Amino acid sequence: MSENYFKTYPDKNGFFKEYGGAFIPPVLEAEMKKITDAYYSISKSHNFISELRSIRKHYQGRPTPVYYCNRLSEKYGGRIYLKREDLNHTGAHKLNHCMGEALLAKHLGKKKLIAETGAGQHGVALATAAAYFGLECEIHMGEVDIAKEHPNVVRMKILGAKVVPVSHGLKTLKEAVDSAFEAYLKDPITTIYCIGSVVGPHPFPMMVRDFQRVVGIEAKEQFFEMTGELPDKVVACVGGGSNAMGIFSSFLDEPECTLYGVEPGGRSMEYGEHAATMTLGTPGVIHGFKCYMLKDEKGEPGAVHSVASGLDYPGVGPEHSMLKDLKKVNYEVVSDQETIDAFYELSRLEGIIPALESAHAVAYAIKLAQQNPQSSILVNLSGRGDKDIDYVVDTFGLPDVEK
Amino acid sequence: MNRIHQKLQADNKILSIYFTAGYPSLNDTVKIIQDLEKNGVDMIEIGLPFSDPLADGPTIQASSTQALKNGMTTSLLFQQLKDIRESVSIPLILMGYFNPVLQYGVEDFCRKCQEIGIDGLILPDLPLDVYQENYEAIFNKYGLVNVFLITPQTSDDRIDQIDAASDGFIYMVSSASVTGSQDGFGNNQETYFQRIADMKLKNPQVVGFGISNSETFQQATKQAKGAIIGSAFIKFLTQNGVDKIGDFVKGIRK
Repeated sequence: MSENYFKTYPDKNGFFKEYGGAFIPPVLEAEMKKITDAYYSISKSHNFISELRSIRKHYQGRPTPVYYCNRLSEKYGGRIYLKREDLNHTGAHKLNHCMGEALLAKHLGKKKLIAETGAGQHGVALATAAAYFGLECEIHMGEVDIAKEHPNVVRMKILGAKVVPVSHGLKTLKEAVDSAFEAYLKDPITTIYCIGSVVGPHPFPMMVRDFQRVVGIEAKEQFFEMTGELPDKVVACVGGGSNAMGIFSSFLDEPECTLYGVEPGGRSMEYGEHAATMTLGTPGVIHGFKCYMLKDEKGEPGAVHSVASGLDYPGVGPEHSMLKDLKKVNYEVVSDQETIDAFYELSRLEGIIPALESAHAVAYAIKLAQQNPQSSILVNLSGRGDKDIDYVVDTFGLPDVEK
Repeated sequence: MNRIHQKLQADNKILSIYFTAGYPSLNDTVKIIQDLEKNGVDMIEIGLPFSDPLADGPTIQASSTQALKNGMTTSLLFQQLKDIRESVSIPLILMGYFNPVLQYGVEDFCRKCQEIGIDGLILPDLPLDVYQENYEAIFNKYGLVNVFLITPQTSDDRIDQIDAASDGFIYMVSSASVTGSQDGFGNNQETYFQRIADMKLKNPQVVGFGISNSETFQQATKQAKGAIIGSAFIKFLTQNGVDKIGDFVKGIRK
């Protein structure tokens, strides 16, 4: 990917073409500017980069491997590879940007990290980063997700974070963001909001993308080393879109690679039954940025559903919104049921239990493999599925196992 | 020159009241506006409820949630206000988040405001540069004053930019916090009020956030042209309904 792209997008006001920006009240404006200035001055410094590299290697266990799926490929065709972000410390890609954001917070003299979480992956990662740097941590989480993602809630508490249950609205990710913003606004001086994806007002979509680029940089090199070529297809799930931006960033300018962002099709494509923002949304402003958005009949952020709590959001990263318009990435949909099937397929054929979010990407890769048996397909396996096991078994049952 | 300019030229200690449209009941909008004017309020901000506010305290947020639950929408508010100029002559300003305006269509929204006799808009999350690049011409075409906010954290440079871009008044947020979250003004605010007064801006300033009684109203309007009360009025409506609005205004003006 040419450096030029990353210097062009976003522009100085945080716009990716018409998307992104900072649609925020002035109480937030000054703080966002401070974070932006600090990001440019501190995070680009030699010392910051060295420290982050050392953390990635010795603490996170990077680089994570690229793995060829023997049995899955044999069964469905194609050559399916996984970028194993599930093996990143804490079990998902989220720690990549959390360590970056927390390191920045430390440089800014902040005392406390505040964030929202959907599936709990971002919350666990941020609580981990807070423990590493000796900062306080407060995670806002919808009550529905707290019930569904119990192990992650316990993890966050063990790590010393305070978990704030959010009980308004649908009690999922969108409401958790509202609540976290509110808490941050009460004390923007000593706290910092560490958003969980490539969403929110500028500079977050840029900052989170840049911290996640390590995934793509590693994967491209590893894939080439293994195969002597680039993958024909790169697949990642998209909720907010951080893991997808991470891996896509290295392949955007490679004409031989086709990129696929996979959205949650939920139970059906009826309103409220899915979270297929790119497929069915139209532009709007949510949580301080402009993007494709699913809306209710009044034009407000709409009701969404996905089996994967981490994809359950009516907005999407502004950069994805632009990439859709530029036709650089194909955005596709898989259903809850296809996701569950892929969850079991990967577990039983490869011994890897994927997060339900990542299982969306696996499900789509299986379809691509069936349609294109000659292709190589690189999937970003963004997280492991331990957090989901009880929910999946209780809700969808355990196929073909003697009781 | 619209009603906002006239009002700000004529009077000092402007009392402006904010309320959320559709609260406490869906059809209270017109009665609240009429009663506020009758009791000597100078200017009114009518809040368009939004589901995901980023800078409202719990009082205004709760009123927004209730108003939406009551069925308030942008179109319905315009419907309720269509004859408002037959009975009300003080400046009326719509205040809300940008998304509902974008969804309605910015130009359609502005045209509708002009038809009804709305004088200005306050959209706290619409950035200055986005406004200037895309929407200023539309606002001007329909005679709408766009009001920008400043906070104690806003730099002098930014305030100068905002002053240059404004033609009405500047909404001076009294503290770097959400609405309705403080009980009075301290030294920090006094210093900030003085700092802004010393800048000798071309636009008058109206203070908002943290004004809840006659004491804070007097403090805020010592230097500034006027003050806006929001959360305290909404709390009053929650407790007393819409029949004693005069009592609230007298309490501030006493």
